[in-house]
Amino acid sequence: MPDMPRPDITFAAAIREGLDQAMEKDARVIVIGEGVPDPKAIFDTTAGLRDKYGDRRVFDMPLAENGMTGICIGAALSGLRPVMVHQRVDFALLAMDQLINNAAKWHYMFDGKASVPLVVRMIVGRGWGQGPQHSQSLQAMFAQAPGIRVIMPTTAYDAKGMLISAIEDNNPVLFIEHRWLHQIKDSVPEGYYRVPLDRAKVLHEGDAVTVAAFSYMAVEALIAAKALKSAMGIGIEVLDMRSVRPLDVASVLKSVRKTGRLIVADTAFRTGSIAGELISQVAEQAFAALKTHPVRIASPDHPAPTSHFMAKHYYPGPQTIADAVLDMTGTGRDAAAYREMCALMLRDGPHDTPNRGFTGPF
Amino acid sequence: MKRTHSLALLRSMLRIRRIEEALADRYAEQEMRCPMHLCIGQEAIAVGVCAALSAEDAVFSNHRAHGHYLAKGGNLNAMVAELYGRAGGCCGGRGGSMHLIDLDAGFLGATPIVGGTVPLAVGSAWAASLTQNRRLTVVFFGDGCFEEGVVHESMNFASLHKLPVIFVCENNNFSVYTHLDARQPERPIYRIAEAHGMAAYTGDGNNVEEVLAIARNAVALARQGQGPQFMELHTYRWREHCGPNFDDHLNYRTVQEIEAGMNGCPIASYTRKLEQEHGDMHPEIERFETEIREEIAAAFEFALSSEEPGINDGQGKIYA
Repeated sequence: MPDMPRPDITFAAAIREGLDQAMEKDARVIVIGEGVPDPKAIFDTTAGLRDKYGDRRVFDMPLAENGMTGICIGAALSGLRPVMVHQRVDFALLAMDQLINNAAKWHYMFDGKASVPLVVRMIVGRGWGQGPQHSQSLQAMFAQAPGIRVIMPTTAYDAKGMLISAIEDNNPVLFIEHRWLHQIKDSVPEGYYRVPLDRAKVLHEGDAVTVAAFSYMAVEALIAAKALKSAMGIGIEVLDMRSVRPLDVASVLKSVRKTGRLIVADTAFRTGSIAGELISQVAEQAFAALKTHPVRIASPDHPAPTSHFMAKHYYPGPQTIADAVLDMTGTGRDAAAYREMCALMLRDGPHDTPNRGFTGPF
Repeated sequence: MKRTHSLALLRSMLRIRRIEEALADRYAEQEMRCPMHLCIGQEAIAVGVCAALSAEDAVFSNHRAHGHYLAKGGNLNAMVAELYGRAGGCCGGRGGSMHLIDLDAGFLGATPIVGGTVPLAVGSAWAASLTQNRRLTVVFFGDGCFEEGVVHESMNFASLHKLPVIFVCENNNFSVYTHLDARQPERPIYRIAEAHGMAAYTGDGNNVEEVLAIARNAVALARQGQGPQFMELHTYRWREHCGPNFDDHLNYRTVQEIEAGMNGCPIASYTRKLEQEHGDMHPEIERFETEIREEIAAAFEFALSSEEPGINDGQGKIYA
């Protein structure tokens, strides 16, 4: 009798499982972060690891992000494979010196004589008043540094497989996870498996418009894709980019050569976003394939306000994407079909929580 | 101390001095095209501390790294070639004077962001501790570096986990041209380290035997699992912060201060001491001078005959 597939598990559980299996397989893997062994266990992504692997492999951390990043780099140079965790990306800004000056450059500047097998998990906050300093999406800032990898898995399947690949990789890998992905479920194999760190994935096929989306915006793009298809008969191609550095431009070019139209949906501030970089590269390499100008969908160029009244229209979502698709394709908003499409994309629950079950505080 | 051991200390200091003087002499030729920070006048710290270490122990350093690299046994040819930007350099020309490495000698890296390597040394000690490796890690840094937050973050963690790391603070009173008085309140640096919960020592960084004695004690305690050790050693930078020259004309320090600093020459004072103890040292010193001169000539020859890297050689090895 074939194995019954197990029920879907959450993105958070997939991370926990990936960490567990990586630690089981390789005694050099250690995990450290503020709150890693505490009762909340980084949104349950590190639950039980201390009990299983002990206090010499699973560590809480002083509030010293830069120093501790350097200490993890030193440990990585000395044969360990540390996984660091920041409950918010914003905290990692304190560690920019060590990440950019040391982790990213060590292999290069010492002519390949040493390398830094380090994974840094960072969580992007959103909603429930996370506000200006707990909701930033800074992947482009990190991705500016050659020598570092920046990945943003969207599905639970990819979260586990890419975390395992990141831990096995000999370079510093920033593993950026959106807080609103943590409770999303999908099918995740029970065993140890790897997912490549440098490839986009097609989530939804279509030939009208290419939507290259990062992290949670891929979830939003998929909602838009289904609604556009069902109500308007428009097929968009959604690419979950998965990696920010390197950018899988080849996959986007392939899709754009088919659709002739490009929207890039990013979780970050518009200016200086990786969306801009992706559009630049497509324009440079396939300008003739574009039927119209590309479009960035990103957060506005101001910090996310805390008040839920002000934050209500801060984040772009499926509606933003679908409207951009209609504009781009010159599709009229036929009253009934358009209303049906909009209804299909309505959020279930308040605008500032990932789902009805979420009641705060972070 | 045995005469042979004393002579080895003297020779090691003299070797660093002569190498750096040769670098300074040839810097004006404009072929060593990178910032260079000389440790002339500060040799006793590198030599005294490294003499207490074993080959397997690890050392990290900063922008003023030549002395640390050489005292730990770093390859001279590879260092000089690196300064010339040649393929035979220890970083293949990617680093220059401020980025030295010799893994075979346990010299794990020097970089010029002040404080940048201090946490790396703690991480190296942490890894040794977690894997039950007896290797110690030493990190050299200056009084200016002590102002960096990352140093205190590093000391906090080293102390918390009782890690086998030795912090060596070379206090030469200057950060570039800014005196310690303009940067720190009047209190001893080493007492701050003590407040982090570690054993801390201070001493004359121009007295190589004193440095060695402090280092030996610190090394023994760290190896016994007594946790991190901190040494604040006073010394004096003779030349400009960056570059080959004396910079007395800039008047950021008084003539009297410079004279007093140079009077503390670790090599001259140690020579005098050895002569009092063992009589005339001239024959040995002459022999050292000849050997070192030949070694330096060979190193420059190696460097200048080392291949020039190609225009595309700066592109690869970004990812491991």
